[in-house]
Amino acid sequence: MANTQSMCTSFMGQLLNGGHQFGTITLTSRTSLTAPTTDTFKAALYLVGATMNASTTAYSATNEVTSTNYTAGGVAITNANVPVATNASSTAGVAYWTPSASIVYGTSALPVTFAAFDAVLVYNSTQGNTAVSVHTFSSQTITSGVFTLTMPTSSTTTALLRLSTT
Amino acid sequence: MDESLLEKREGTIDNDNETTTWVEYWLEGELVHRSAHVALKKSMLAGLEAASLG
Repeated sequence: MANTQSMCTSFMGQLLNGGHQFGTITLTSRTSLTAPTTDTFKAALYLVGATMNASTTAYSATNEVTSTNYTAGGVAITNANVPVATNASSTAGVAYWTPSASIVYGTSALPVTFAAFDAVLVYNSTQGNTAVSVHTFSSQTITSGVFTLTMPTSSTTTALLRLSTT
Repeated sequence: MDESLLEKREGTIDNDNETTTWVEYWLEGELVHRSAHVALKKSMLAGLEAASLG
């Protein structure tokens, strides 16, 4: 038997659940400190002229799309998938998470009209609208229609968010 | 509206990042409807590393 240096995969999964706190942080109450409720995550769309990137720290309405039937801040993400942590070997593993449903803006009865946009910001609306990730795609416009954003398969290689040992 | 007057246009974008389909309806040269469906392929990957001691 031998010990092998590696990040524990379960730890990465616990990070996604807020199970570790190495420093001080101001949190909005999750009802219970021992069994916290899941935060609400939202997805907001941004115009091609926006500057959303790795340095984005929080949701902003600046350069967000606007439309009848679209509320600033975007829509809530359906989150029935708990983060998963999987070992690939004794030295490597991946923790990952993907929304459990497509993100849809507008309906046939309540359509939206967007000028050219090409990015979606995923953010935590419970914890001060803190940014999670920015995802880009080809520039799109919507005219009295519906925009649907389908998530990749939730797996170790394709999940929307992945933490992996290097 | 006489739907027979509508011209339907469709398109697809498929690359490493996404598969996108869109549909448009035009009436007498004017775009009256455009919907799009983007299926993301790429994930966001963050690396984690345990440092060596000593």
